[in-house]
Amino acid sequence: MSTVFLALQTNEDTRPIIEAILQDNPGAVVDEQPAMVKINADGRLVVRRETIEELIGRDYDLQELQVNMITMSGNLDQTDDEITLFWKS
Amino acid sequence: MDMQVAKKKLGLKERYAVMTRGLDWTPSYQKMEDIYPYIAYEGIKIHDWDKWEDPFRLTMDAYWKYQAEKERKLYAIIDAFNQNNGHLNVTDARYINTIKLFISGISPLEYVAHRGFAHAGRAFPGPGPRVACLMQSLDEIRHAQTQVHSISNYNKYYNGMHDFHQAHDRVWFLSVPKSFFDDAITAGPFEFMVSIGFSFEYVLTNLLFVPFVSGAAYNGDMGTMTFGFSAQSDEARHMTLGLEVIKFILEQDPANVPIVQRWIDKWTWRGYRVLTLVAMMMDYMLPKRTMSWKEAWEVYFEENGGALFKDLARYGIKMPKCAEQIALEKDHLSHQAWSTFYNYAAAANFHTWMPDEDEMAWLAAKYPASFDKHYRPRYEFWREQAAKGNRFYNKTLPMLCQTCQIPMIFTEPGDATKICYREVDYKGDKYHFCSDHCKEIFEHEPEKYVQAWLPVHQIYQGNCFPEGTDPTVEGFDPLAAVLEYYKLEHGRDNLDFDVSEDKKNFAEWRGQATKNI
Repeated sequence: MSTVFLALQTNEDTRPIIEAILQDNPGAVVDEQPAMVKINADGRLVVRRETIEELIGRDYDLQELQVNMITMSGNLDQTDDEITLFWKS
Repeated sequence: MDMQVAKKKLGLKERYAVMTRGLDWTPSYQKMEDIYPYIAYEGIKIHDWDKWEDPFRLTMDAYWKYQAEKERKLYAIIDAFNQNNGHLNVTDARYINTIKLFISGISPLEYVAHRGFAHAGRAFPGPGPRVACLMQSLDEIRHAQTQVHSISNYNKYYNGMHDFHQAHDRVWFLSVPKSFFDDAITAGPFEFMVSIGFSFEYVLTNLLFVPFVSGAAYNGDMGTMTFGFSAQSDEARHMTLGLEVIKFILEQDPANVPIVQRWIDKWTWRGYRVLTLVAMMMDYMLPKRTMSWKEAWEVYFEENGGALFKDLARYGIKMPKCAEQIALEKDHLSHQAWSTFYNYAAAANFHTWMPDEDEMAWLAAKYPASFDKHYRPRYEFWREQAAKGNRFYNKTLPMLCQTCQIPMIFTEPGDATKICYREVDYKGDKYHFCSDHCKEIFEHEPEKYVQAWLPVHQIYQGNCFPEGTDPTVEGFDPLAAVLEYYKLEHGRDNLDFDVSEDKKNFAEWRGQATKNI
């Protein structure tokens, strides 16, 4: 399977989001670069709203992620509850 | 950020449907082909525009909210950077030349992209792509403006940025990025989306923004890092749009596949040639390097682009042919470009220099197959000559490639000792090319590329001197007249970094910032 990735700015907003992503994607690998955190995963990566809400203690709209996103790779699908990055082959 | 999340009455998918397709209507007073006149001539067949769906499902109301938040964050940092004399915190003053390259080479393209997406959005009958193009059009003008605002602080202290837009329109090497985008916006709306939306944004943007932005972060430039990241947060959406465009067009009709493949082949090559400027920035202009051009190409194109084209294989789309030649060039591209700019430092709007010993060691380690053999001896010779007071400034004009407009500096694929020349006879004239790929692009659309405004031809025809110049008077200095036309001041905006006012001022100001004088 090819690698999908999501890169986020390193800041206070994204710290719990990254933690949530790592909880939900056990195979994901974090690559910390200056001012940027890149999360790589094999074929599929899921960002779940509920996990983030548990960690930050408030309601969260996944579209807030727009503010801190740097780049990504893979096909994307976003719903109220999840953002999924995936390759089909 | 601690935003209040209002309870939504509709789910994301329903809201997206209501705010895109729900706002559209079928015209009854005018014919569709009169309202959307550019939609058929490229040969792309679309049967159902409603199959288009933005994977982020972003609607205009949410768009404004998040963009406003991005702007607030960005301008708070720009203020802090300026109040704190942030420009004196960069690694060394050579770094500032990357900013000059950016403001004159890239920022004007953001503005053209704004116009391009506005035009493409207007041309599409489907409400989904129209809304997505509207957002991207607004993003692009935001990028142009925030870049001008951030970089204006550098312009107060350093040379060469005072008239970046004029430079973009006139300076010889800036015709490379300028003509690239002009080529894209003068294509039809579908080709524009494949050229910029897919090939540039999805396949190549990581090679432009990530190195520039992490380069800024490594080199202490908080201002550039921040506008870079702010723009990049939009890029993630642009990339998604780019991929969606391709999948949508390919799924609509099998007859679209060969047309799209030709565009991908063309625009991957065109975009890669423009990235020559980024390659030399990464390997030579950042005092503190992030990764080499070759490494960036391997991560972001070979690995990441490889995954993408593997995924697109189910539609019958193949990796562009040019990838093979690019793989052969990756050991040479940045060195050949930097050598050229070192030569032409008298005619550019930024300074160049020879790498020092440590930097040569870094280059040799990153490019074991090419640097010590082909480029180090050349640099050592130039450095020796400069030490003797013979810093070489090339005053002749190079032959340009008719398609990419880069001087014919590239070597044959697989033979770094021989310059690559290709030519085509067309309607009684001879046209020159840097590569087989640029030649093929010309041969497919000769009537477009014969119109290229080539800076060297224009200088020789006398079109790049200030109005009223008489080139026949005795002692006429063509370079001086061209610089005047470029609005660049000789000895201030150009020449070697070692003799520059930037170097002298930066050292003095940094001294003042750390001592009590």
